[in-house]
Amino acid sequence: MPFRRVIVAAVVAVALMLLAGFAWTWRPAIAPIAAAERPSVDEPTFRHGAELAAIGNCNDCHVGDSGKPYAGGRPIPTPFGKIFASNITPDAETGIGNWSEEAFHRAMHEGVDREGRQLYPAFPYDHFTKATSDDVHALYAFLINQPLVHNAIPPSQLAFPFNFRPIVAGWKVLFLRETPLRDDDSKSAAWNRGRYLVEGLGHCGSCHTPRNILGAEKRNRAYAGGDAEGWEAPPLNSNSVAAHKWTADQLTEYLSTGWHRLHGAAAGPMADVTYNLAQAPTQDVRAMAEYIASLSAQSAAASIAPAPRHGNPVAGASPEIVAIYNGACANCHNDRNDVGPSKAISLSLSSAVRESGSANTVRVILQGIEPQPGSPGAYMPAFEAMFGDGEIGSLAQYVRARYTNQPQWTDIRQEISKARQGGS
Amino acid sequence: MTNALHINGEIHTIDAEPSTPLLYVLRNELGLHGPKFGCGLGQCGACMVHVDGRATYSCILPIAAVGARKITTLEGLLEEGKPNKLQQAFIDEQAAQCGYCISGMVMRAQALLLVNPHPTDDQIRKHMRPNLCRCGTHAAIMRAIKRAAV
Repeated sequence: MPFRRVIVAAVVAVALMLLAGFAWTWRPAIAPIAAAERPSVDEPTFRHGAELAAIGNCNDCHVGDSGKPYAGGRPIPTPFGKIFASNITPDAETGIGNWSEEAFHRAMHEGVDREGRQLYPAFPYDHFTKATSDDVHALYAFLINQPLVHNAIPPSQLAFPFNFRPIVAGWKVLFLRETPLRDDDSKSAAWNRGRYLVEGLGHCGSCHTPRNILGAEKRNRAYAGGDAEGWEAPPLNSNSVAAHKWTADQLTEYLSTGWHRLHGAAAGPMADVTYNLAQAPTQDVRAMAEYIASLSAQSAAASIAPAPRHGNPVAGASPEIVAIYNGACANCHNDRNDVGPSKAISLSLSSAVRESGSANTVRVILQGIEPQPGSPGAYMPAFEAMFGDGEIGSLAQYVRARYTNQPQWTDIRQEISKARQGGS
Repeated sequence: MTNALHINGEIHTIDAEPSTPLLYVLRNELGLHGPKFGCGLGQCGACMVHVDGRATYSCILPIAAVGARKITTLEGLLEEGKPNKLQQAFIDEQAAQCGYCISGMVMRAQALLLVNPHPTDDQIRKHMRPNLCRCGTHAAIMRAIKRAAV
């Protein structure tokens, strides 16, 4: 039967391709090192490594239970299943304690672990491969001298065929470009430094660039906006919906404090990013800001005109929802220049309210914005225990109607139920 | 506008604007002075009450949004007019200095013990983090919660 023959041929072809791929993508193990063989580290290198770890947001994924730095175990949701972040403390058994610098460099640049296993690109080596050997050296020096935590990481929970690690080698052929970035001489040194950090260790595109069906960033749509654990990572290019076009000055302040008076507070996964960048050198954050500001349109005007600061009149709004808005929201979101201790901006400035999807507005209402430890930063209480789904949805639509000139959202119910389940 | 509110096991009919924060009704209409006005912005936790058993800021909860849900204040925790186990633990550990935050602390801690009768120190710290105390009696508050959790 020809049909059966086609199936057999296809199966054989796939098997051969897998076999060839396996042989060709095999990587040797790199010999383990004993604790005594770890290189000694001088303080400036260690400190530089700490700054690079902050810029790379390493601890956002690799954080352990009870906030133990770099101890690993945090589940990272992907469209293909769940991956648990590895332990990158110097524990020999469960961490990277027996990794030489060569093994660490290979992981960062090629996405292969010390034993030669392919690493899933949830670990963003498609960006880290741009890091210079000097920077990888400093990062290694920093991590290998962290407090040791013994913490065995559960195996990843991926659906077939993604649970078969060698297929990652095929992914790399398609999507991993190991060539280093070359400075653009027509741009300033700060811009080039910023590009190096944003494209490399900062891996901003991991969230802010949309991904294709194989989970790789779409190169032709760089920074057009993507997904961050269910939150929308807004576009950084000309598709930005910000009410004021981001300038390098505004980005510098926002990235290093988590807040700007014309843009509001970093929330969700971005809150952690800004907390980390607060510990990075100011000139590096400024350089990143310059590069990011250059990604969006040259015109200073917002691509979508903002609504008035006090909002539009909303015809037909339910009096009950208006009462809830006035009682629960308007004390902080008072539409005045004086933002008060919560640092709540007029919602006419909020990108979350102006985005085409309701993901961020819904999540901010449900989960609030936690102040950064030790800082009097922006704060919003979580309303998830206070309001039911119907009220959250109506409030979000009311805010959308009042503070933008955009159509009502159509994805509210799905977003509320996804956010309530904590899923992405 | 009248609203029927279920508070500490009784139904109260309240005549107030629907945007009125629940806290104002509790304190000014019903004389329940356990919950305190602290910041009025849902930041400090002094106003905390239970809404269907979950710790909630009453200063930013408009009565229009309460509906048929059951409200419990510090007074509602009393058992036959006497402090309940957690309230007694706060007294025994002398967990108040000025005392302004304590009603909110008790309500927040009680909400944790309702779902997790034996929390770890880490779970207590994480759960209590939104409630502020300016006197610094956190260590005594921790002891009180652990005493009640045994």
